Amino acid sequence: MADNTVLKVDELSTHYLTSDGEVMALDDASFELDRGSSIGIAGESGCGKSTLAFSLLKQVQPPGEIMSGSIDLDGIEVTELSEKEARRKIRWKRISMVFQGAMEIMTPVYTVGHQMREPLKYHKDITGKEARDICEKYLKMVNLDRSIFDRYPHELSGGQKQRVVIATALLLEPDIVIFDEPTTALDVVVEARIMNDLKRLRRELDISMLFITHDLSILAEVSDNLAIMYAGWIVELGDANKIYKDPKHPYTEKLMAAIPDIRTDIDRLEYIPGVPPNLVNPPSGCRFHPRCHKAMEVCREMEPETYTVDGVEVKCHLYSEDESISKSQEATYETAYEEEAASESYEGEKGKEVSEGLEEVAEDEVMEE
Amino acid sequence: MAEDALFRARNLTKHFKITQGFFQKLKMEEKQVVRAVDGIDFDIQWKRNFSVVGESGCGKTTVGKLIMRLLEPTDGKMYMKDKDITQLSSKSELKAYRRQTQIIYQDPFSSLDPRHRVRTILEEPLQIHGLGDSREERTDMVMEALEEVRLTPPEKFLRRYPHMLSGGQKQRVSLARAMILSPDFIVADEPVSMLDVSVRAEVLNLMKDLIDEEDVTYFYITHDISTTRFFTDYIGVMYLGDMVEKGKVGDVLDNPSHPYTQALLVAVPEADPERVRGTKEVPISGEIPSGTNIPSGCRFHPRCPHAEEICSKKEPESRRVEKEHTAKCHFAGEIDFDLDVAK
Repeated sequence: MADNTVLKVDELSTHYLTSDGEVMALDDASFELDRGSSIGIAGESGCGKSTLAFSLLKQVQPPGEIMSGSIDLDGIEVTELSEKEARRKIRWKRISMVFQGAMEIMTPVYTVGHQMREPLKYHKDITGKEARDICEKYLKMVNLDRSIFDRYPHELSGGQKQRVVIATALLLEPDIVIFDEPTTALDVVVEARIMNDLKRLRRELDISMLFITHDLSILAEVSDNLAIMYAGWIVELGDANKIYKDPKHPYTEKLMAAIPDIRTDIDRLEYIPGVPPNLVNPPSGCRFHPRCHKAMEVCREMEPETYTVDGVEVKCHLYSEDESISKSQEATYETAYEEEAASESYEGEKGKEVSEGLEEVAEDEVMEE
Repeated sequence: MAEDALFRARNLTKHFKITQGFFQKLKMEEKQVVRAVDGIDFDIQWKRNFSVVGESGCGKTTVGKLIMRLLEPTDGKMYMKDKDITQLSSKSELKAYRRQTQIIYQDPFSSLDPRHRVRTILEEPLQIHGLGDSREERTDMVMEALEEVRLTPPEKFLRRYPHMLSGGQKQRVSLARAMILSPDFIVADEPVSMLDVSVRAEVLNLMKDLIDEEDVTYFYITHDISTTRFFTDYIGVMYLGDMVEKGKVGDVLDNPSHPYTQALLVAVPEADPERVRGTKEVPISGEIPSGTNIPSGCRFHPRCPHAEEICSKKEPESRRVEKEHTAKCHFAGEIDFDLDVAK
């Protein structure tokens, strides 16, 4: 591990053992994060990005379980910590998280200060006055007035609450802060300001940041590296500039194209037909092949390896050195694209993911009638 | 505007009176009023979508509710095909109006009843408006509506409950519920803001296709300017209850003439790291003031980087910048805003 690496995740797999089967929410994820740098994790809902974040905190809720792999947090092997150790050693102290919908996570019955102080009191043996000073220092850092300390959450605007939550995450000077959709509920103007603050804080405090979002346009501003996730896999990983300029994986390509541009008139927006797969029973071969516009025959049969192209890691057969793979025959099976074209005829397999319970429901209804 | 105007609003106003507590009444305090929508005018032409953008609390959702007559306007008139809809007296007239005008809500997760199957959800408007003679006929209409929103094959979806649908599918059911009455006008209140980027594009494409297929016009309420250029023809920018700039969407986005519109455009995130890596300065400060206490003169002046003395004294008139493009700013068209966004 290089000196500068603060987090090294190696072949991490987290599955949920549900009664319907094993949900492979995160499979073989590997990446590194340097001190003071940032990585953006992007993908659609259900691609495993939040599971990844919870795994890093060793906070996967049952029936979820870290199945294999390692998380090396500056010398600490996170996967081997007990719940108590994780709470004492890493959470908030080494790695903290700003949750999605952070504005609702504050209790309405306590003042902001009361809630901010909690992690300080748990981890440090300090007096109330000292705790207050530290909190006020961090409130100031996120551009809030220190009088906020004595206010109740309902007295604050959405943007202010979000800033309080960010300040709380910084209190114990963690090495890494995870932001799970930090600004989705906010207006663009507030969002832009908070993003500016985050950029500044990263420089001033030299912390590493991990951003999780489905919106690639936000990540462009803040991340040095980018990991694109699909159905539990990291399908593309590398320098953000390179990926934005020249996306390699077909999924990344489409995800980028779906962002509307306010500068030009366009007639149609690009999108990815179909729905993400059910991870109890993911598609064979490449998990993206049923929705891929460049699908080949081999994609259905063989799981792609991760290839390094131009410094970017891509998990796609298109980049295989073996030409029998990379130039394999075009898909003969139907992908979501053809189905889309043929959506008038109902023969497509769209809506294939009909849940098992549906048949039961249908029977129910027959009985009702 | 042209005679093919589908919907017109003139001096549309909605003020909410704040309920006073016992002690406030006792002290005979003056009743406070939130000026949520403060005298706005706009025209919507047939099949020319109109979008309204602005921060939370600017009154855009209130406008949508006023259009639906879910709220009574305090003042002003609204005309649908030249019929004054603020004067609809009887219940049956209102019902007939609501058949022409439908609404789609922001949150597909809570706007569909979790205890009803898709069929029941879609059948309800038909029953309310007395359409379809038998259950079979209504079921056919429901299937047709599901096909329209590309939920195919429709038989598969009829018996599902909302929790069995993905977010995009749910929002398409909401769309079908609005479409099933063949309305002329649909108020779409942030229809895609809760959806993933890729699904968002799919739903917007579908909504756009339905303009021609079903002869429908949308009133699109959003805080996300980036989708307006694709989806709508006209745009109105709202700030604190007033429509400060409006015009053709290309004109307004390429040549924003109100400082507030410019700030909104600077703040839009862009998927181009080279352009946005530095700290970009959002040229406005502070947060949106409360609707109970609207600043004097130009309501934007306390946050405006170009404010001069006149701005705090005199309320600006609407100034024409281009054909069909107006901005309510004393200096509209005069200040040269150095904006990267404009091109």
